Amino acid sequence: MAYRNEQLSEEKVFKDPVHRYVHVRDRVIWDLIGTPEFQRLRRIKQLGTSFFTFHGAEHSRFNHSLGVYEIVRRIIDNFRGNKDWNDEERLLCLAAGLLHDLGHGPFSHSFEKVFDLDHEDYTQAIILGDTSINKILEKVEPGFSQKVADVIAKTYPNKLVVSLISSQIDADRMDYLQRDAYYTGVSYGHFDMERLLRVMRPMDEQVVVKASGMHAVEDYIMSRYQMYWQVYFHPVTRSSEVILTKILHRARHLYKSNYAFHLEPIHFKSFFDDNPSLEDYLKLDESVVNYYFQIWKDEKDPVLSDLCNRFVNRHLFKYIEFNPNQQIGEYMELHSLFVKAGIDPDYYLEVDSSSDLPYDFYRPGEEEERLPIYLQMKNGDLKELSRQSEIVEAISGKKRTDHKLYYPSDFIEALDDTDPTKKRILEILRG
Amino acid sequence: MLKEHAKLITFFSQCEQIIGRKRLQKMIYILKKCNIPFNERYQFHFYGPYSEELTLQVEELVNLGFLNEEKEKKSSYYQYLYSLTEEGEKFLQHFDMDMPNLSKHIEKMNGVSSRFLELVSTMMYFDHLPKEEVEEKVLIVKKKQNYTEDELVEAWEFIREMKHLH
Repeated sequence: MAYRNEQLSEEKVFKDPVHRYVHVRDRVIWDLIGTPEFQRLRRIKQLGTSFFTFHGAEHSRFNHSLGVYEIVRRIIDNFRGNKDWNDEERLLCLAAGLLHDLGHGPFSHSFEKVFDLDHEDYTQAIILGDTSINKILEKVEPGFSQKVADVIAKTYPNKLVVSLISSQIDADRMDYLQRDAYYTGVSYGHFDMERLLRVMRPMDEQVVVKASGMHAVEDYIMSRYQMYWQVYFHPVTRSSEVILTKILHRARHLYKSNYAFHLEPIHFKSFFDDNPSLEDYLKLDESVVNYYFQIWKDEKDPVLSDLCNRFVNRHLFKYIEFNPNQQIGEYMELHSLFVKAGIDPDYYLEVDSSSDLPYDFYRPGEEEERLPIYLQMKNGDLKELSRQSEIVEAISGKKRTDHKLYYPSDFIEALDDTDPTKKRILEILRG
Repeated sequence: MLKEHAKLITFFSQCEQIIGRKRLQKMIYILKKCNIPFNERYQFHFYGPYSEELTLQVEELVNLGFLNEEKEKKSSYYQYLYSLTEEGEKFLQHFDMDMPNLSKHIEKMNGVSSRFLELVSTMMYFDHLPKEEVEEKVLIVKKKQNYTEDELVEAWEFIREMKHLH
């Protein structure tokens, strides 16, 4: 039997707290899961530093990737027999669902920001490079790895296949919302996925939703909205991200200044030099990064040592609401006051904005920015979701945005009470 | 602080008005590909390169009162118009921005349709490929747009000229 059609002698199942079971029958999928590149995802947390806020949020990209695969598998099972669905694309969809997050690095978001990297580029590099993943995909048929890479990059010709993995209603979001809700323990994020899967239809180049399933979609859109503000953009998590970013900036600055680290940062060198190879990238997971942070706590550089202590021991920055329009003058003054007080504002004063954590809210795609969600009406017509649902219309109109100013309150408290600089800093921070 | 926002404000300060969100998305992408230091991250979407980060930053600028957003009803959709406010101009005074003059770039891009900008930005998205493969790729991923041979030739020339503007 050709490798692409080979089935395991008996179905393998992974026990999963969100989907109960993840079912694997295809030999190709089983082999992909067993590769070092895929197993590495066990050592990358799905929610980065959110565990500082929600202690249960220790789940990995491995869990999530299996979950996305499972949802794609269920969607395809429902699509079988539909005239707009070509079952020849089945294995491609399953592989793309499984591998879509393969390129995520440790604490992805901060890391990518500091070192100007893009996990999507690494996903492509792992799938197309000299890796175990690539060998398995090429065994399916020559050129199969390129097809999988194209689906994940959203440039595959069949847009229906792409939309299962990446659209405004896709397997990726359906898994992470439920999974993140489960592990953080919040009550938002839940929606009726079984119902949603039953009302999704392939149509031409996209997935549409039967009009009778509108309320299930509303629930899904509301979950996204609430999860963003309650979990993903939680100010305490953002504080830990600010510190993490500052650590990486400081370590790079020290490296560039020929600082003598107690422990040579071998794993970081190529990142500091802006030329990490794929091998370097794959070697650096969160267990390695956390090890360095532990060691750097005892570095003699006071800034690096302090920031690492804060991160490891959850001694985070405090924050206040900040309006850049009305308070820009105060920010400039604070900057000067920090310098005067001997607190380096480059590492200890930061404004964090909602756009610093890009998250795709539902967009009605009015001007062909993004493809919206379409409802299929009884007469077969397609209507954009927010034109039919008042709930979705309400949250896809004027968007709430947010800016916060982060600072180390303990440093300020430690200043001499008679020091007018301290008095003025506190006046500004306390409004 | 808000450095990327300040770069966007600089962009808006050099054009009277930007008509349409799609046009704005493609213009910033094209400028980025012309080595103008915008850092918004783009991904390929159904209608070409798109940055959620840019969309959010523009929403923030509108909410802060730095940008004015007008919604115009068209036959089957809404169109959004953006222009800089006085407060936006004042905010810019706090930054020492090292941004090149973009007026020629903006004028050139405002002189073509958003359909054409969609073609140009898509071609630029695949600029790591050889020319023939870029064209093949564009015709595959944009098959619904039915771009003609003449439009492709025009787009290559447009890209060449954009990259030589100072």
